[in-house]
Amino acid sequence: MEAKQLIDPNKIKQDFSIFKRKINGKPLVYLDNGATSLTPDIVVNAINNYYHNFNANIHRGVHTMGEDATIAYESAHDKVAKFINADNKEIIFTSGTTASLNILVRSIRLNPGDVIILTEMEHHSNIVPWLEAAKKEGYIIKYVKITENGELDMNHLKSLLLNSHVGVVSVTHMSNVLGSINNVKEIAKLAHEKGALCIVDGAQSVPHIPIDVKDIDCDFFCFSGHKMAGPTGIGVLYGKKELLNDMEPANFGGDMISEVHFDHATWNDLPWKFEAGTPNIAGGIGLGAAVEYLDSIGMDKIRDYEEFLTEYALTKLKGIEGVTIYGSSKKRGGVISFNVKDIHPHDVGTILDRDGIAIRGGHMCAMPLIKTVLKLNSVCRISLYFYNTTEDIDKLVTAIHKAKEVFCNDQS
Amino acid sequence: MTNPNELNIKEEIYRENILDHFKNPHNFGELAPCSFYHCEVNQLCGDEVKLFVKLDDKETVAAARFNGHGCAISVASASMLTDYIIGKSIGELKCIQSSEIIELLGVKLSVVRMKCGLLVLKTLRNGIKTMEVRQ
Repeated sequence: MEAKQLIDPNKIKQDFSIFKRKINGKPLVYLDNGATSLTPDIVVNAINNYYHNFNANIHRGVHTMGEDATIAYESAHDKVAKFINADNKEIIFTSGTTASLNILVRSIRLNPGDVIILTEMEHHSNIVPWLEAAKKEGYIIKYVKITENGELDMNHLKSLLLNSHVGVVSVTHMSNVLGSINNVKEIAKLAHEKGALCIVDGAQSVPHIPIDVKDIDCDFFCFSGHKMAGPTGIGVLYGKKELLNDMEPANFGGDMISEVHFDHATWNDLPWKFEAGTPNIAGGIGLGAAVEYLDSIGMDKIRDYEEFLTEYALTKLKGIEGVTIYGSSKKRGGVISFNVKDIHPHDVGTILDRDGIAIRGGHMCAMPLIKTVLKLNSVCRISLYFYNTTEDIDKLVTAIHKAKEVFCNDQS
Repeated sequence: MTNPNELNIKEEIYRENILDHFKNPHNFGELAPCSFYHCEVNQLCGDEVKLFVKLDDKETVAAARFNGHGCAISVASASMLTDYIIGKSIGELKCIQSSEIIELLGVKLSVVRMKCGLLVLKTLRNGIKTMEVRQ
């Protein structure tokens, strides 16, 4: 087998000014990409360029800057569409995955008593909006169980789909706790066979693996800009054109209208029908720059490199006595949750921070999974990106040993 | 040979007294019957402190205990506070400031870790409020 040519993360680090920063006198080892990724200079510059050179509203003024802003903002939709193989009319910019899911929950028409199938590994953003809607609309929520190694129990999904009133199957593409990558193509197929819609939460997958929404054939796909080298406050709702056309908007106001009269209004074309008010123009332009940047590296190459690095990290972490790793899905991304025996994740996090290492500790916005399924209070999580190196992992391992010394060895 | 960096860690936050209180917390357990009981959770990290306080005839703290789970900072501060409040009146308990807890801990806390350090004080304050509402 021919060895894959992996990207050089040290070269990539040069694209990010933030790596010049020292944390407690140490170089930054950023392992919290599942929370938010770092932003390359090229994206920061794109945002600055908007504010420095054509800081105007879109779709309104006929002046030069207004036109520049409109072209830049619209072309960001085109870039994102190309990035996930969608039509540009199917790309709605939102403030992030949470907003995208909330729009769907409000705009998809279902009937009281309809079943919503979620999974035990969902982020709060794909649980709480449904819980609220269920209270008001009378939906019934069911959760697909996960297996011992942290994969979705597809047989359980199939048994839940035997119910004839399933309206929606909404599932995460990649768990933000276990790292498991779900077979969303198969899930969409199963949902469609029963006449249900399929929503995919791609917040953790889009930044790390090549996405083709046509191939997955899901009805909706949601993700956030800030986890994929883009700015905060911008995200995407992809939906199939014919479905979006049939749906009512979730927000109403400026720019989403075609005509407004004193007693009624009609809606603008896609995607603007779903983007009420002045959008996050700078954020959208930044997201466009981010997908161009990721494309310039190559999503296939990013995936290959992260698979290599994840395997490296798993092997190293498993070698530390007292470390328990949660989730061992065969198909997984670079999200690894673990605990160090007798040390609270916050204490691990604080000690690691002394060495410039950023990790996450807590319930990962997935309390039902952490508390009810894994029966834990909190976990430590590292989440990798293509600028992380094997040296980063080695530093992590050294720092975990240090934490064990501070807590477990009574040195006088 | 001790690595100087490790000494820094201990000096800054995980000083010996914090770790002592974490590993062997004072007043750990439950208290029944008690004058008031309250539980608070730090949503951020899932830390939980349950505080049990028993008052004597003069309305001063005769005994205090806590349990739950949390990081070294939240456990140490609960351990220290349950020592600190013995013999204090309700009026005095209400006047306990955040700065007193930080002083008890004797370490510098970051903004995020401050929540861990002050969780037990929040539990105490809300416990008193709940008791007063009940009365």
